[in-house]
Amino acid sequence: MTEMSYLDGNMLDGPMRELFTVDLSSAMGRCENCGMTGSMASLHVYSNAPGLVARCPSCEQVMLRLVRGPDRAWLDMRGTTFLQVPMPMEQPFPGPL
Amino acid sequence: MGIVSPGFQGRPRTQEPALPPGQYLTEDFPVLSAGPTPRVPLDTWEFVIAAENGSEHRWSWQELMALPQETPMVDIHCVTRWSKLGTNWQGVSLDTLLADVDTGAHFALAHSYGGYTTNLPLDDLRGGRAWVVHTFDGAPLPAEHGGPARLLVPHLYFWKSAKWVRGLRLKTMDEPGFWETAGYHDYGDPWREQRYQGD
Repeated sequence: MTEMSYLDGNMLDGPMRELFTVDLSSAMGRCENCGMTGSMASLHVYSNAPGLVARCPSCEQVMLRLVRGPDRAWLDMRGTTFLQVPMPMEQPFPGPL
Repeated sequence: MGIVSPGFQGRPRTQEPALPPGQYLTEDFPVLSAGPTPRVPLDTWEFVIAAENGSEHRWSWQELMALPQETPMVDIHCVTRWSKLGTNWQGVSLDTLLADVDTGAHFALAHSYGGYTTNLPLDDLRGGRAWVVHTFDGAPLPAEHGGPARLLVPHLYFWKSAKWVRGLRLKTMDEPGFWETAGYHDYGDPWREQRYQGD
């Protein structure tokens, strides 16, 4: 029997692009459990499962779950306190600044 | 067994009568996991049923082994669409474990070493339909498949058969578990193809 392995968080980029336009691999996230802030690309992603389960590389708690049904998707990020997404001012930005 | 192509003609393999809708047959035993594999030493392993009134029933590994053992041969169906027929297990019926538990609860939340949870109606754990199993095909259940012991509830999708099971919390109100809070069906009957919420 082989040990259950995981992928790095870069693999989330494609599935997350179905939901958002942000480049998740360049985003930072804070773990709700241990408080560590790091690149989302550094998460440990377990994909041999009914959905994608991304865990904090420090404490192994779940930071993100993404389930893709045939006509719907569910994103649970209760384990992520925030996402910090690069958003340079020179890019077109519709928000109130 | 060799690899057999279903070919280009004829009905797809999902039409085999022993299989629920949308499933395909596998001879393999795929390993699915939502996290790192817990390694639970037998001398510290325990199984705990906590009733809604706060009372607890505990079994050590030796106590579990001393209970009457059953050898269910059952078909299992994973929500990721594979099914495996005629699997052989050994373990203790939940009827045995629940026999002395005084409860009026209608629901159970199974919880595991490693933090996984899944919810089931308590009635589905009774009537000779659910076990805590420790042996697969005559050998100790490997950790990758949920050993030392996992829940076996073969009439529901296999995510309900919690690996590395540690106990049950009996509840008067249904409390969805790990996958049930992330889009998967609350009950998960493979014959009604209850994969996702609303199915």
